[in-house]
Amino acid sequence: MPASLRARLMVAVSAVALAGALFFPLWRVSLTAPQYPEGLGMHIWAHTVSGVEPNDLQNINGLNHYIGMKTIVPESIPELRFMPAGIVAMSVAGLLVAAMGRRRWILAWGSTLLLSAVVGLVDFWRWEYDYGHNLDLEHAPIQVPGMSYQPPLIGSKKLLNFTATSLPATGGLLAIASVILAVGAPLVARHDDAGRRASSTAHSRARGIA
Amino acid sequence: MVYGFACAPANRPAGAVGSADAANKVYVAPGQHDEFYAFMSGGFNGQIGVYGLPSGRLLKIIPVFSQFPENGWGYSEETKPMLETTFGNIPWDDLHHTALSQTNGEDDGRWIFVNANNTPRVARVDLNTFEASEILQIPNSGGNHGSPFITSNSEYVIASTRFSVPIPQADVPIADYKKAFKGTISFIAANEPGKMDVAFQLLVPGYDYDLARAGKGPSKDWVFLTSYNSEQAYEKLEINASKADKDFIAAINWKSLEACAKNGKAENWPVDYTHNVMDEFSRVARSETKKSVKMLTPQSCPNSIFFLPTPKSPHGADVDPSGEYIVAGGKLATVIPVHSFTKLQQAIKDKAFETEISGIPVLKYEAILAGEVKDPGLGPLHTEFDGKGYAYTSVFISSEIVKWKLGTWEVVDRTPTYYSVGHLMIPGGATTKPAGKYAVALNKITKDRYLPTGPELTQSAQLYDISGEKMKLILDFPTTGEPHYANAILASKIEKQQKKYYSLAENRHPQVAKAERDAGVERKGKVVHVRMTAIRSHFAPDNIEGVQVGDTVLFHITNLEQDWDIPHGFAIQGAINSELLIMPGETRTLKWIPKSIGVFPMYCTDFCSALHQEMQGYVRVSPVGSSVPLTANTLKAKGQVARAAQRGITLPTPPGSSAGAVDAHAGHPTGTPRPR
Repeated sequence: MPASLRARLMVAVSAVALAGALFFPLWRVSLTAPQYPEGLGMHIWAHTVSGVEPNDLQNINGLNHYIGMKTIVPESIPELRFMPAGIVAMSVAGLLVAAMGRRRWILAWGSTLLLSAVVGLVDFWRWEYDYGHNLDLEHAPIQVPGMSYQPPLIGSKKLLNFTATSLPATGGLLAIASVILAVGAPLVARHDDAGRRASSTAHSRARGIA
Repeated sequence: MVYGFACAPANRPAGAVGSADAANKVYVAPGQHDEFYAFMSGGFNGQIGVYGLPSGRLLKIIPVFSQFPENGWGYSEETKPMLETTFGNIPWDDLHHTALSQTNGEDDGRWIFVNANNTPRVARVDLNTFEASEILQIPNSGGNHGSPFITSNSEYVIASTRFSVPIPQADVPIADYKKAFKGTISFIAANEPGKMDVAFQLLVPGYDYDLARAGKGPSKDWVFLTSYNSEQAYEKLEINASKADKDFIAAINWKSLEACAKNGKAENWPVDYTHNVMDEFSRVARSETKKSVKMLTPQSCPNSIFFLPTPKSPHGADVDPSGEYIVAGGKLATVIPVHSFTKLQQAIKDKAFETEISGIPVLKYEAILAGEVKDPGLGPLHTEFDGKGYAYTSVFISSEIVKWKLGTWEVVDRTPTYYSVGHLMIPGGATTKPAGKYAVALNKITKDRYLPTGPELTQSAQLYDISGEKMKLILDFPTTGEPHYANAILASKIEKQQKKYYSLAENRHPQVAKAERDAGVERKGKVVHVRMTAIRSHFAPDNIEGVQVGDTVLFHITNLEQDWDIPHGFAIQGAINSELLIMPGETRTLKWIPKSIGVFPMYCTDFCSALHQEMQGYVRVSPVGSSVPLTANTLKAKGQVARAAQRGITLPTPPGSSAGAVDAHAGHPTGTPRPR
């Protein structure tokens, strides 16, 4: 039996929201310090990392050199090459799943998306960890014993004179919405089906068929 | 006790402020911004002082006609051409007046124009960078006091000759003044950046020409400028030029002159004058000599200039916001005469002429007069307007500002200045929309206002609140140089457009090094080019060897930063030069000729980061003919780039990232950047 229209619509919307995440930054890491009242910021997109203002990335890299942090070069991050294709594939698959409307597929697709999101966040955290901990201490002018510079995944953290704040941006919010919808769709489908069965039974009873 | 307090201020100078009310009006709390930017001419320091109003705080000095060691203006190879003239490179001038660019008679915040008195020049200063970007010499001029005055859509900047001289210059007896000496009024096309030029000049009788104001509204096609010495005295002017009861305001229809110049009524006069422009992208100024100028005469373009008789040795001519009234300030006059533009038009139509001088009709005083302000004080000079129907005239000899009403010509208020006020300024006072909130008196004398500072006292301005019926002195503030005129504009009209840095990607300096890997040294005979980069907190290269005594070493330093307020400085021991201050994304060149052998330190002069003190290096100077090869070290490839290279990946390197630096020039004496 195909899933309810509601559930299929959720999958379709989820797929579209996911595709939408390609066009907006997923995450924003903001840095403020007393001497940077206007702040510096980095946008993490599915396909690249960019400065919030044109030269922010360069300026962040310039500051990072003091603590021996590696230069952030988006081209050297392999995930950024695969992620857009993955998102497109998941979106297309989502639309197909919505069209077919099989509950089993909806469940499978939703689970895959959830898993990918978790893997993505873990991977992001791993990169942050690497940048924050894997320092070139031989050439770092500023070395604070025991200090590492990993920005938080979500939230704020004081890193020397900077306060680093990391939050999902528009694309990230779309992706989160997509995951919520994708996870919700199988549940809604089950709920609706149960309802449909109950109502069809009641209906049949009323007509005296049962 | 009460008496004691009451008497305490008795020994304070007259007019001391001292009230909390006044203090509140000028107090700009920490972190708050001033409402206005005031651009105040620096007089004989050749610079513009930028002050915040109402606080009176000095925000910036913009060098224009004078070398400025603080940032290398006129010392760096890129800026030297800005001070070029047909007389050679002149490191100084006398800057008297300012004129903000206008659109529809309102300040538009694009540029400010300033004059050089001594070697006649007009400069355009960009208000997004606060830097002079163009300087034009005025040919056929014997002193450029009466400039720059701008038309209401910035079509022309007007400049007049203060000292009449033989035009063209000639070796003639000074006693031939009446016969041989002439003046010119120049119309400088000003509305296209980089293309300022003398569009045409008008040859006028040999008087001293002075301050001007372009018309606005109905009079926008006209300009009005004062003249004195209509007696044409050439010695003991103090007496001999003060004899006539009336001198003239020249009323000039610039539209009509423009048409004459376009229709071939002008003669092309051969004359050399220079035009200096700072290129927007290379940030290198170039100087060009122009060869001729279009000269008009009153006869070749009739009905374009008229003399308005005006008592007595007039100084300022000012036009009210409506464009109807032309107010003259006569240094020796006992009234302030106000001419009417409507009456002027009618008098021209009626041919109400007294006489004619060298083809210039002299209108009848009574036919053009709108009214006279009686008892204006001694020595009225300049008038500004508040946009609420009042005029404010600075009065030099009796040291006061006099407020009077347009139309009734009644004096309604007066307030002392400390002392000898020259110009006064109301923000937007020269436009159709004055912001009649403050007036600034630009004074000549400050005895007793500040602690004495030697024989020369501090220069000064005073701020008055003119928002109410009575003018109220609310602040004394010192200024640099001698302030003459000033303009002020709402900060909101310019602060958003400020450049934060020059784009490194767009830097077209011929010796730019956009990344450390482009840095290096190159010898061309006796000239050594050092292409060096500066970024927090190092130079690349930071050690140079193989320079020889007597070489001309040109340090071309590119600041790789792309962030607001991260200039780097550069200085080297014994350079007969100044420092450089290099803005982010900019390349600047310092010339150094080492005179003796040794190892000479160089360093960053502008505190740039925690490791600023470490931002230093050495140049080794060897004897002439030494075999020490010319080399420069830069940082070795390391870290991420090296690791990427092992995997066969070439990383695009952000400019200046030390990770991207490679040993650029060992064995590369040509200085050619290595292929990426």
